Amino acid sequence: MAVEVVETIQPSAAATENVLLSVQNLRVWFELRRFGFGHAGYVHAVDGVSFDLHEGEAIAIVGESGCGKSSLMKTILGLYRPREGRVLFRGQNLHEMGRAGLRWYRSQVGYVQQDPFGALPPFMSVRRILEEPLIIGGVQSKTERIERIYKVMEEVKLHPVEDYLDKFPHMLSGGQQQRVVIARAMLLEPKLIVADEPVSMLDASVRVEILRLLRALQETHRLAVIYITHDLSTVRYFSERIFVMYAGQLIEKSPVERLLNNPYHPYTMALLTGTSEPDARNATTFKDVPPGEPPSLVHPPRGCRFHPRCARIIQGLCETEVPPEFEPEARHQVACWLYR
Amino acid sequence: MPVDKLLHIEDLVLYFRTTQGAVQAVDGVSLDLDYHRAVVVLGESGCGKSSLAKAILRLLPRNAGEYHGHVYLEGVDVMALSEEEFRQNVRWVGMSLVPQAAMNSLNPVLRVGDQVSEPAILHLGVSKEEALELARKMFQHVGVPVDFLSRYAFELSGGMRQRVAIAMALVTSPKLIILDEPTSALDVLTQANIFNVLKRIKQELGISFILITHDIATSSELADSVAVMYAGQIVEVSEAADFFAEPLHPYAQKLMASVPRLRGTREPEFITGQPPSLLAPPPSCRFAPRCPFRFEKCEQDPPTFERKGRKVKCWLYS
Repeated sequence: MAVEVVETIQPSAAATENVLLSVQNLRVWFELRRFGFGHAGYVHAVDGVSFDLHEGEAIAIVGESGCGKSSLMKTILGLYRPREGRVLFRGQNLHEMGRAGLRWYRSQVGYVQQDPFGALPPFMSVRRILEEPLIIGGVQSKTERIERIYKVMEEVKLHPVEDYLDKFPHMLSGGQQQRVVIARAMLLEPKLIVADEPVSMLDASVRVEILRLLRALQETHRLAVIYITHDLSTVRYFSERIFVMYAGQLIEKSPVERLLNNPYHPYTMALLTGTSEPDARNATTFKDVPPGEPPSLVHPPRGCRFHPRCARIIQGLCETEVPPEFEPEARHQVACWLYR
Repeated sequence: MPVDKLLHIEDLVLYFRTTQGAVQAVDGVSLDLDYHRAVVVLGESGCGKSSLAKAILRLLPRNAGEYHGHVYLEGVDVMALSEEEFRQNVRWVGMSLVPQAAMNSLNPVLRVGDQVSEPAILHLGVSKEEALELARKMFQHVGVPVDFLSRYAFELSGGMRQRVAIAMALVTSPKLIILDEPTSALDVLTQANIFNVLKRIKQELGISFILITHDIATSSELADSVAVMYAGQIVEVSEAADFFAEPLHPYAQKLMASVPRLRGTREPEFITGQPPSLLAPPPSCRFAPRCPFRFEKCEQDPPTFERKGRKVKCWLYS
């Protein structure tokens, strides 16, 4: 009997214990102003997003520009305040942490920017760029700081370290710059890395190298990673689960391979059709892409936000009722009326 | 001199002067393009692919140094023309350019219709009304609603602005359009839409394209043939069907292997090392330091070898 009880209780207890970051019904709205003070509505950048991220888990958030993925990311980083909902990090509400709490939180979360050259101050050497977070993070001893810089630079494979320490960002190639950005994010030994399109500015031949580096770091340090991208083809090399975002909402959540081979949401299907693979036959065929463009987030469409562009619309339902999350398969959720 | 080709480029050279010496951005490029066809110039940043576009259209920056070679457009060596003749008879009329980030270079204070019709007024000498009519026609070809003619650039989305930029290159009915990274800043679905548009105008209007890009996967959407550029030189020219099935040059093979795929089990690879500086490129094969198949011969610069109608600049195929 006793054994049975342990067996039934343990998984659920372990599952909640393992949750590193919990995003609950998050809404981030930006107020529009008319003439500087009159209210003119809201941009519903993030509108009801919920997910749990477990320790050591890599997830990808895929969406087109303007779908709210950057607003979601910046709210998770504590740069925006949500209008509604909560972001819990190890059970603590990010927006009730206070100054000391936030400082601790920022040491736990690393941020890898999209454009490495824009993210590195041009007037600072690599040494200063990497030393600053340690100074702010309260590492007093200079020798310890230098030691940790060496360690992290070895880890991102910027060796021999001496060759790079006194260089300025413009003296490095794009791939090396991105390594410095990753080193900076790793310095304070975070538990979570938020990577915003970390390879979109890099050349094809370097891209894979950086993705592999991130993957290796993730595995050796058991890091949780939120990988934000618009490129579906890089996702499977990096993350276990994938969330598709459209017009401020997560419309499909699934393990990566399953989503790539068996997508449920019509928008996800369109994204997959739209993604090219190198194949000479492409030149003679036209792609079947949904008409129109993503909606304005000031007045998003009623009902399902994809319905004006959807070929499989159910008249009288999709344009009036917001689809809840259905689970046609275990661990695969989709917000679409087709699966009711 | 092959007259049956739309475009025949022979040994084109464009160097830039800098304080550290000449940057050999385009170094002896030869390329052919037939009527109604699209060639993709594939290369990574800094390989000189945008400079090649500039060299073909003679849009030279102030620090241009050495600049010679032959560019035959429908049999006429346009390099021999004077600047004024070139401007009047070649640019826009013979071939036009959709520059990189074209959608962000539209004039914000002009209505897009006026802007699109301007090249027609200047180069075809038509009246404003006729030019606007041409612009209207081109808008239909690229799939922009005609009432957008009276809008301003900021009122359009990125994809629409990119279509407007393409309409502008089309309005003078050139035979050839050079597209410099036409979709690199666009979303997946917008990108797929733009390529649908390009394919359609290729079929309907019989226009030829030079597509300059770093993105192998999307380049296959338009390519009839592929030219791979590395460190200022073209290292392989193949028909698209051959190239995407099996690239010949080691650099092209490596590049193809680095493309992430949606399906399949193959892990993508990366190329170690960096391209050589174009200030003083090595006298050897320029890819040799990074090449897995390197052997003694590679100390010398390889000529271009022919193999089953494909051209490849590599000693492996001697």
